[in-house]
Amino acid sequence: MTGANEDEEGLVAHRCPNGHLTIPGHYRCPTCGEPQVGTVDLTDAVGEVVTWTESRATPPGVRSPNPVAIVAFEVDGETVRAIGGLTGSDIGTGDRVRPVYVPELRDPDAGIRERESQAWDGYRFEPV
Amino acid sequence: MDRVAVLASTMTAFGEREAWIRDLLAEAGADCLERAGVAPETVEHCYVSNMAAGEFEGQGGVMNALVHDLGLAPAYAQRVDQTSASGGAGIHAAWQSVASGASDLTLLVGGEKMTHRSTPAATDTIASITHPFEYKHGLTLPTFAGVVARRYLDEHDAPRESLAKVAVKNHRNGVDNPNAQFRKAIDVETAMEAPIVADPLRLYDFCPISDGAAALLLCPESIAREQAEAYVTVAGIGGATDTHVVHQRPDPTTMGAVVESGREAFGMAGLPRDAVDVAELHDMFTILEFLQYEDLGFAPKGEGWRAIEEGVTERDGDLPVNTSGGLKSKGHPLGASGVAQAHEIREQLLGRAGARQVEADVGLACSVGGFGNCATTTILEAGS
Repeated sequence: MTGANEDEEGLVAHRCPNGHLTIPGHYRCPTCGEPQVGTVDLTDAVGEVVTWTESRATPPGVRSPNPVAIVAFEVDGETVRAIGGLTGSDIGTGDRVRPVYVPELRDPDAGIRERESQAWDGYRFEPV
Repeated sequence: MDRVAVLASTMTAFGEREAWIRDLLAEAGADCLERAGVAPETVEHCYVSNMAAGEFEGQGGVMNALVHDLGLAPAYAQRVDQTSASGGAGIHAAWQSVASGASDLTLLVGGEKMTHRSTPAATDTIASITHPFEYKHGLTLPTFAGVVARRYLDEHDAPRESLAKVAVKNHRNGVDNPNAQFRKAIDVETAMEAPIVADPLRLYDFCPISDGAAALLLCPESIAREQAEAYVTVAGIGGATDTHVVHQRPDPTTMGAVVESGREAFGMAGLPRDAVDVAELHDMFTILEFLQYEDLGFAPKGEGWRAIEEGVTERDGDLPVNTSGGLKSKGHPLGASGVAQAHEIREQLLGRAGARQVEADVGLACSVGGFGNCATTTILEAGS
């Protein structure tokens, strides 16, 4: 299932029977309404930076500055986009990046959201 | 069909207020009833637009608190939360309550108390609306503004200065609004050299954190015609949603909720885009003004920035936008903002906007929540 708050192994795109992909998953595919039934692991994939920013006014428990990008991956002719932190600030639109695992992306005890309510590990992107 | 009328409207001073949420709501609500000359016990429905009084100050049940404080019982009461768009969503709820015939007198009060929290803490409370996948990366609403602004500037060859000019315009308008948080003009240079918040956006591209409240009183037009010397009517209204996460939108520089809510509102009003004489748009970030110019159909896609360069949305332009100072300069107490937008439009349509007055018979307000997760567009017309 594609519960929003569940832990996932890898950087995972969720796929419905019609081949539509999303990161993160949905209970129903936003394109066709079918339940998503499969996943594609993008942990070893290379994506392209669509746009990025560097946030310097970050909330409690978040690194500052916090460079962030929207990254597009091509999977079997279908584009799927993810958003996530970058490993460094030296980045540009169109740069090729790959996911890097980070065990704790922000301090789960410093913000407003309950620690137990969601996962805190995940993937940042580093230039290839 | 009997239209829904806005019989009275008001807003409190926005900014750093000593009052807490209960008193802010009561201040606006009591003033609105007084302006209409209406007894509290005649109110049939009461809606309170508020995003997060529980999270900000530990006050739940704000609608019941307001009923108590104003003596509205036994009026039906409900809180409306649609994050930053709670105010617009409140207008939609209040309009429905009268349009459906369920209520002949509906009080809508929007308010938020935020400034007692530090900027990082308030930013985190607002960021609590994000998807867990986004929240764990420390993404905030300003982060989304940064990625979308860069995309917009890249894709449409818009000069960075055009965003600064939105802030300059709205600050200039705020100077003439006695209720605005900031009544200080700025120049393009100041905006361009301010500290970076979310590259390429700088301090003046962002609205402040604010306290304040605003209120509207709604009734059927047939009643307004008998009771009031002057009133405005809801000519059209539409509310809509878009994807929760910004990066799943086919084009991150298009806010689908704004497109759809605008289409609905114009459809109901039966008016073309150029019938609108004045607009209040949700400029939580300067970039959002361009997106709303385009998504509401006032400018072609990718050309919204030209409107500011050509002075179209200045007070003496063809379509003055944010004569109140907008969220940028007037302030953005989340739940209050959408309600205060309608108040400004009403003041403009009734010729009561003082130094900010423009010539207007039809006005539009667009209230946006999240980074375009939801939106309500309301078109108001002077009553006759």
